[in-house]
Amino acid sequence: MKYYDKLIFELSHSGRKGYELPANKIAGHALESIPESLRRSVPAELPEVSEPDVVRHYTNLSSKNFGVDTGFYPLGSCTMKYNPKINEEIAQLPAFASLHPLQDSDTVQGALEVYYNLQQALASIAGLSEFTLNPYAGAHGELTGLLVMRTYHEKRGDTKRRKVIVPDSAHGTNPASAMVAGLDVVEVKSKPNGSIDVEDLKPLLNDEIAGIMMTNPNTLGMFETEIMEIADLVHKAGGLLYYDGANLNPLLGRVRPGDMGFDIMHINLHKTFSTPHGGGGPGSGPVGVRKGLEEYLPNPHVRKDADGRFYVDFGKDSLGSVSTFLGNFGVMLKAYAYILTLGKENIRNVGPMATLNANYIKESLKDDYLLPIEGVCKHEFVFDGLKDKSTGVTTLNVAKRLLDYGFHAPTIYFPLLFHESMMIEPTETESLETLDEFIDVMHKVAREAAENPDLVKEAPVTTLVRKLDETTAAKHPVLTYKAMLAND
Amino acid sequence: MSNKFIPHTPDDIARMLERIGVKSIDDLYAEVPAEVIFKEDYNIPSAMSELEIRDFFSKLGDKNKQLTIFAGGGVYDHYSPSVISHLLARSEFYTAYTPYQPEISQGTLQYIFEYQSMIAELTGMECSNASMYDGATATAETAFMMVASARKKNRVLISSTLSDRVVAVVKTYTRFHGVDLDIIPEKDGVTDLDALRKLLEKGDVAGVILPTPNKYGIIEDFSGIADEVHAAKALLAINADPSALAVLRTPAEWGADIACGDGQTLGMPLSFGGPYLGYIACSKAQLRKMPGRVVGVTTDADGKRAYVLTLQAREQHIRREKATSNICSNQSLMALYATVYVALMGRKGLVEVNEMSADGAHYLFDKLTASGKYTPAFPGKPFLKEFVVHTELDIKALNKRLADNGIMGGIDLGDGNLMLAVTEKRSLEEIDRLIKLMTEA
Repeated sequence: MKYYDKLIFELSHSGRKGYELPANKIAGHALESIPESLRRSVPAELPEVSEPDVVRHYTNLSSKNFGVDTGFYPLGSCTMKYNPKINEEIAQLPAFASLHPLQDSDTVQGALEVYYNLQQALASIAGLSEFTLNPYAGAHGELTGLLVMRTYHEKRGDTKRRKVIVPDSAHGTNPASAMVAGLDVVEVKSKPNGSIDVEDLKPLLNDEIAGIMMTNPNTLGMFETEIMEIADLVHKAGGLLYYDGANLNPLLGRVRPGDMGFDIMHINLHKTFSTPHGGGGPGSGPVGVRKGLEEYLPNPHVRKDADGRFYVDFGKDSLGSVSTFLGNFGVMLKAYAYILTLGKENIRNVGPMATLNANYIKESLKDDYLLPIEGVCKHEFVFDGLKDKSTGVTTLNVAKRLLDYGFHAPTIYFPLLFHESMMIEPTETESLETLDEFIDVMHKVAREAAENPDLVKEAPVTTLVRKLDETTAAKHPVLTYKAMLAND
Repeated sequence: MSNKFIPHTPDDIARMLERIGVKSIDDLYAEVPAEVIFKEDYNIPSAMSELEIRDFFSKLGDKNKQLTIFAGGGVYDHYSPSVISHLLARSEFYTAYTPYQPEISQGTLQYIFEYQSMIAELTGMECSNASMYDGATATAETAFMMVASARKKNRVLISSTLSDRVVAVVKTYTRFHGVDLDIIPEKDGVTDLDALRKLLEKGDVAGVILPTPNKYGIIEDFSGIADEVHAAKALLAINADPSALAVLRTPAEWGADIACGDGQTLGMPLSFGGPYLGYIACSKAQLRKMPGRVVGVTTDADGKRAYVLTLQAREQHIRREKATSNICSNQSLMALYATVYVALMGRKGLVEVNEMSADGAHYLFDKLTASGKYTPAFPGKPFLKEFVVHTELDIKALNKRLADNGIMGGIDLGDGNLMLAVTEKRSLEEIDRLIKLMTEA
């Protein structure tokens, strides 16, 4: 296939257009009533292209992409499960998509019911009391959750608590969210097996600690078995426990974060609840809290009155607003359709099958890849690169070679606990045959590394583009078409 | 175990357990303390077939009312070409994640590059990021960006003529982050520039955020303001409706250092408030303080033109608690939405959209004020597609009657003030019908 690299701007031809509007029956020339000094002086240089040009251009771009529908996407910590098509259909129903966010609640009862029932379903799945669906993404949920934590302490007059404990293995967003929330980060060490070191935690707990951010299973995919003791210690010190829901998938049907003592959590609807990642959004990061913290959740709230009527409410004890309206409503429709499709019967199997898939790959590959932590993992696990370090073939090389074989790469160089981290998460929607193909290819790459290391180091070779010059891109950033023209 | 999304047959499971070396699925959770194992059923309904799902959501949808929209408030019912939803349904786009592996993500990277180019054109700025969650969070992050740029100064001024919902989010972000936020008061529906000057005199201002058009639909005059803000060693940001910038004076033309706002006006479905996108664009001087993903052009090993995430050293996954923002993705698919929309409407279409919207809005304004039942709330102030009128009528009752007639009327601003918006989607017949219903009472 020919390599297509045109930009839409390069297809532009003066006089063409890709739209048709009805005749302007008013033709009042109202724009001219706006003083010239308030109007744009030079037209924006936007493309002039026909509708077929646009369709062919973006169809060509789509063919340069790899998605879950293209092939296996074992990107650790991202839960790249199948995105059901019925969800897309539901989200586009005009009965929902055409609603203005400021419509009177009498005219949006169906939409509010979706919001309310989804938050109730999530509360049941999480073992918590109430959820807000307003946050837009996982990191936004983390921030919101930490603001709940801060509001809780503030309302009690406990203003000294300005520090939050974060494990050294945590996702990069945890410390960054803490910073945005105005909290100082205190790092707690991990033991060699990746679990929180309880002995290291104890001396960190005092009356300046707002709480701790954790994920369970942790970023190595291992369950934190001392969670009950940790929860007890943090609570006794007056802190709250925040659960990073990035790793919730293996717990579906088996464990509820609320039952482990967590007070606040976020869920990524685009991970655990099957909504598409969209090339990096829109996601949705609902935040749930245990009983007693509900009023601190962000405004607006969706509530149900005694007559079963839904309404939008702004509470006075709330931490404030974190979104313009009620979040990414279109994403909520998809997640709700997913929960209803699986139902209480099938959702129980999500966690166990995701866990089964991960352990199957781990056990099948540990002869060739270095498994730093033995034992049963949950939905994902980490290899520390190839077992045979003598070849000089790195995790990056292996990742790129996988692209040649038609697989997406795992998450690489995270967590930071190992030098050659390779984090693999298959999810429950992959069949045994797909896993076996992946395992075969991983073995093959290990063999190639031993027999012909340069072949692996040169990868990828079959992709549309090969290794990119990232250094020049960062040193002399060219970020727009106009800048590109000026650069030539 | 098997269901249409989970392919495991009992045989598969047996084989896999054997490879793992455990006897049962329960053994995979053996290390979990027994007291936290959940044995009950979740409080959710039983599984539904696809036919039942369709029926369920169709019935829920019947509880909503699809109205002819004459309200704005930051969200406008613009025309959305059919092509967009077809292209967004290409699952190579929507089932991908953020482009960590650029060799197999050139589609995503290239449309983001095009998106950045279009936002830069519309705002007149030199750089744009790959998009943010929404206009409100983009504005809050703009406040952080200005403080990060100013280093020792920690105060941001924001006009009270920015949307109340946007200001509410900026308040939340700045309060907890420890940034001082002052609201610049308004006078006759526009920013009180004398008050702004007084606030600048404090000398500790890192940046100023002003709107165009403002929360009443008014296009404010910021002549000379950029110089005064810069003289106070502060940055100027303008929160702007990107669609309107096809015809209105741009943030760059006002001398702003940063532009931000919500991309919903670029043809996005109302969708009960989201998903839309937020945008941030800036001058080259501010580039390295800008949050979020950025895509740049480069070449591959064979010299082919290609695109890549760049300037990642600023980002949370590298800087962790030293990052100035925690955003780790963007609103990517909505950026594709905006890109395809701008590609289709192009240079002329966006101008035409504004012409038709303005003609409809001014026509409605003229007829309502001529009826004697409505007076201009801000006489003589220029507006584009949204305006405020004052009335002695009972606005609640009026809007209820409009809703019964299938119309979403204006937004009730209190004190007898009503804000209406018209887009190119509203036909003359629809506008005339609204006028009749609003004036016959």
